[in-house]
Amino acid sequence: MIGLSVVYLVAGVVFATFAVLSSLDRNNPRRLGNAAFWALVATSFLAGDHLGDVGNGIVVLGLAAIAGLGGLGRGQPATTSADERKASAARFGNKLFIPALTLPLVVVFGVLVLKPLTFDGVPLLDPKQATLLSLSLAAVVATGVGLILLRQPLMSPLQEGRRLMDTVGWAALLPQMLAALGAVFALAGVGDTIGQLVTEYLPMDARLTAVAVYCLGMAAFTMIMGNAFAAFPVMTAGVALPILVGKVGGDPAVIAAIGMLSGFCGTLMTPLAANFNLVPAALLELPDRYAVIRAQIPTAIPLLLANVVLMYVLAF
Amino acid sequence: MLRLRGVSVGPLLVVYLLFRQGTAALGLISIAGHAQSIRPIIAPMAEGAVEAYVGPLDPATRQDVRATAAATDNIGVFFGEDIFVAMGSILLMVGFLATAGITLDPIHLSLWSIPTAIVAFAIHTARLLLFDRRTRRRLAR
Repeated sequence: MIGLSVVYLVAGVVFATFAVLSSLDRNNPRRLGNAAFWALVATSFLAGDHLGDVGNGIVVLGLAAIAGLGGLGRGQPATTSADERKASAARFGNKLFIPALTLPLVVVFGVLVLKPLTFDGVPLLDPKQATLLSLSLAAVVATGVGLILLRQPLMSPLQEGRRLMDTVGWAALLPQMLAALGAVFALAGVGDTIGQLVTEYLPMDARLTAVAVYCLGMAAFTMIMGNAFAAFPVMTAGVALPILVGKVGGDPAVIAAIGMLSGFCGTLMTPLAANFNLVPAALLELPDRYAVIRAQIPTAIPLLLANVVLMYVLAF
Repeated sequence: MLRLRGVSVGPLLVVYLLFRQGTAALGLISIAGHAQSIRPIIAPMAEGAVEAYVGPLDPATRQDVRATAAATDNIGVFFGEDIFVAMGSILLMVGFLATAGITLDPIHLSLWSIPTAIVAFAIHTARLLLFDRRTRRRLAR
């Protein structure tokens, strides 16, 4: 049976390659910082199971130290010029979309065709991880299709991947870090405390109240933190898991999915989500820097209320 | 997209919203965006679409049209991306719930993101069409 360990191996090898290529990049004055950062990420993928909690904790502290002290630069692999890109775009035309569309197609193929396959009663793919396994397969296949179809050198996906990761920088690890933070919060009992506070002041037995508190809380917390990813672990550990899933038996998939989207409604209304709300106002040279937020609020509020209704109807 | 010239601003942005939600649902969130498509293509097209009906725009209306175009991009990508299984937010949810002892297949989180995506499309479409009518009326006077 193929499990997630294969995915970790592939991801680890890719990050290890980024680390090696970064260390050789003489155009990046902070190349050693980048190399160390991606090497630590590779370590956690390749050896995380053997490092134990303390070892993995040290890896995370190392990542935070490198990023926090400004140790990350931006690699500059040799790439094509804008003119070369225009010429190749003109040559390939709509063919350029084939690798991008290969990805979702292979994921669907994996989920529908590979997931049910069994050999002597043993499933080919770990059924609990079939989607992620299919996605990894799809990423490899799509890269291969791109290489062959567009006649690219073998190094090009690795170098371009490194360029992309350097552009995104440490923010690429935000989802994993926040999920880990949520686990720490849960262990420390932050969620329980919030849950107690909420239940003390609100009659949480009423299902609708609990749903409304969770959805509106996700939006409000997102507006304060500027990011739904940061609000999710706290609100979910505090309200959703103990009350909505634990007490009244809601479907965790529905609750989590719609809870996150309620957070996104908050993202539409906060200046702290600068990338989405303030940067475009600057880009479009709007005199009012909050003009985009103002344009979004009348969609965000009804949608947030709709989420409350949807969760109430669909989760139970 | 470029064949939409001559279309009014509301329907133009509705088509863009659908395109943005649809491609985000396939994981293609970086093929469009404020820098890639709104600033160079969609905002000028939207302004042009209004100007075609009512002539040159006053600064307040120009700002409204541009801001609405940017808002449409955000709404499209936010409420489309979670339909794709490998978004950061989906993986965050799977990872967090796993630490709480709940094992979920990411595809379920993706599927349960669809109802909100549909409602988001309906609400924002209605707003875009109203915006279209309001802008034209205000400027016709």
